[in-house]
Amino acid sequence: MAAAAAVRSSMGLTLTLSRVIPGCGTCHLYRLNSCVGGLAGASRTGQLHRFGTLTRHLHSTTGLNHSEEGSSNAEDPEDVVNVVYIDRSGQRIPVKAKVGDNVLYLAHRHGIELEGACEASLACSTCHVYVSSDHFNKLPEPDEREDDMLDMAPMLQENSRLGCQIILTPELEGIELTLPTVTRNFYVDGHVPKPH
Amino acid sequence: MSFGKKDNREHTGRQDVEVDIYERLPVPFGLVRFGVAPDHPEVKNVINTFTQTAQHSRCSFYGNVNVGTDVSVKELQQAYHAVVLSYGAEGNRRMGVPGEDLAGVHAAKDFVGWYNGLPDNRKLHPDLSCETAVILGQGNVALDVARILLSPMDMLKKTDITQPALDLLAESRIRRVLIVGRRGPMQIACTIKEVREMVNLPDTRPEMVAADFKGIAEAVKEVPRPRKRLTELLLKTALDVPTEKEQEKRSKASRVWGFRFFRSPVEVLPAPDLSRAAAIRLAVNRLEGSGEGASAVPTGEVEDVPCGLVISSIGYKSLPIDPLLPFDSRKAIVPNTMGRVQKTAGVYCSGWLKTGPTGVIGTTMNNSFDTARALLEDMDSGALDVSSAKPGSQGVTPLLEKRGVKPVEFSDWEKIDNEEIKRGVAMGKPREKLLSVDEMLHVART
Repeated sequence: MAAAAAVRSSMGLTLTLSRVIPGCGTCHLYRLNSCVGGLAGASRTGQLHRFGTLTRHLHSTTGLNHSEEGSSNAEDPEDVVNVVYIDRSGQRIPVKAKVGDNVLYLAHRHGIELEGACEASLACSTCHVYVSSDHFNKLPEPDEREDDMLDMAPMLQENSRLGCQIILTPELEGIELTLPTVTRNFYVDGHVPKPH
Repeated sequence: MSFGKKDNREHTGRQDVEVDIYERLPVPFGLVRFGVAPDHPEVKNVINTFTQTAQHSRCSFYGNVNVGTDVSVKELQQAYHAVVLSYGAEGNRRMGVPGEDLAGVHAAKDFVGWYNGLPDNRKLHPDLSCETAVILGQGNVALDVARILLSPMDMLKKTDITQPALDLLAESRIRRVLIVGRRGPMQIACTIKEVREMVNLPDTRPEMVAADFKGIAEAVKEVPRPRKRLTELLLKTALDVPTEKEQEKRSKASRVWGFRFFRSPVEVLPAPDLSRAAAIRLAVNRLEGSGEGASAVPTGEVEDVPCGLVISSIGYKSLPIDPLLPFDSRKAIVPNTMGRVQKTAGVYCSGWLKTGPTGVIGTTMNNSFDTARALLEDMDSGALDVSSAKPGSQGVTPLLEKRGVKPVEFSDWEKIDNEEIKRGVAMGKPREKLLSVDEMLHVART
């Protein structure tokens, strides 16, 4: 894996990590036909070459609730938190994560289509997830600013949270995070197409 | 077309797709650069995602190319299998009242463009020597304008607001900003984050009309969460007895802001010498119906508000790019079905051009992903004919060269970017934007 870091002197610290996701041919999940697709949902029968570049910015002067990306090498069993993402097509994607991992960046590392347009600075709602009911109440109360952003998320539910604000703890073992099916091919006049 | 970034994300997952982006200005990013307020830098973080997309090997950026004059949509259709129109809404909804063109009256779009460094708005020179400014409209753009007019200088000077705007604002004598809407508190179009920013703005105090909130405390109980939380914040700000700390802040504040409800503009009244705006005449409305669909009905009463600056923030509007393409002038969008332009095979649209000029980055992002999915579906189903090779940019760049148009590539934008950041460091700002196309091109070419 290649990593390059660049530091900017203005407005906080910028850390850029570049990481090449290995091609499918080397992945055991692909060979066992257990791969559930990933970012582009490309055909598994064809060659899939994906370069994922993860860039994150640590703005030290803004975004008090800015969360950092943790490491995902979960070796110590006490540190392991098993998480399941349920993607927009309903596929269950189990992930072995670590205490301290951030739910948004964990998703990115595993090719799960959870956007994070504002990079965890509570300025958008694109990392909106539904939290399994068993675990929802174990999360700390949302900051008022998180609630303000959640208000803008389509299909808001009682168990909605922003993924970038969820940090894994041992109590969250088994947590399931469902990505809302936000895609609506919407018509200006409100017409809803009949399923076909 | 401006930056169709979100479409690119879906396309570049496929080996077989190349994407070229044509943008009129030498610089990319559209509203993220020119619309998002200078004091909302986190919202601009999405530029990093855009940049990654643009740097992809199968994506190319061609700035300084005006589609419609430098190259036609027809020529693009001949060169590419598919064309996606995502050029947004550069026009403005007019109030349509007498006096709208007096000095002192500006479209919010132009005012925002001015403080954000849009080249076309650099000569705006708004007159900020009056005491009261009236903003028509209560969406987030209206609140951005109010906030920029009332923010303390020590906050603004650390942002990427342009230096000429900062200098003018430093001399501003505006002490009171009214944000006026046709309907009531429960129809306000802004979102809670922006209202909270006004409430918390240092050295300011709110001034609302208690009567505007009659019946609201009861009505708020039954509405969905986002509307409920926003209305409760408005009620608290307008009616609650402030805490001791808040009371102290209000008593010391040198600037005032307030929402005014149930008011529509009917005329901008000139000063005695007729040279500029001196007041705005507002019709008093009552509400018919309730909730999001309630309508404003004039009562016949009017009210005159003295003011020297009038900003109309009642909506942007898309413009047609080519007479041969379908355009719905009533809705000011390109007629489409899920992003597929009607009656025009191979042409798609995304963003505000597709659905109208409302929505934040998240909504527009999903909107664009939908268009990209429709396009990919059409490729796979054969609805979009990709069977024969097309020249792509090789069919376009010779035309541009012949016409004396020199595109700005993404690496050229990076020179502009670096120069702006360098100049910003000297000013203690994240960047100091280049303000004219000529200057941008000069830096791009060196």
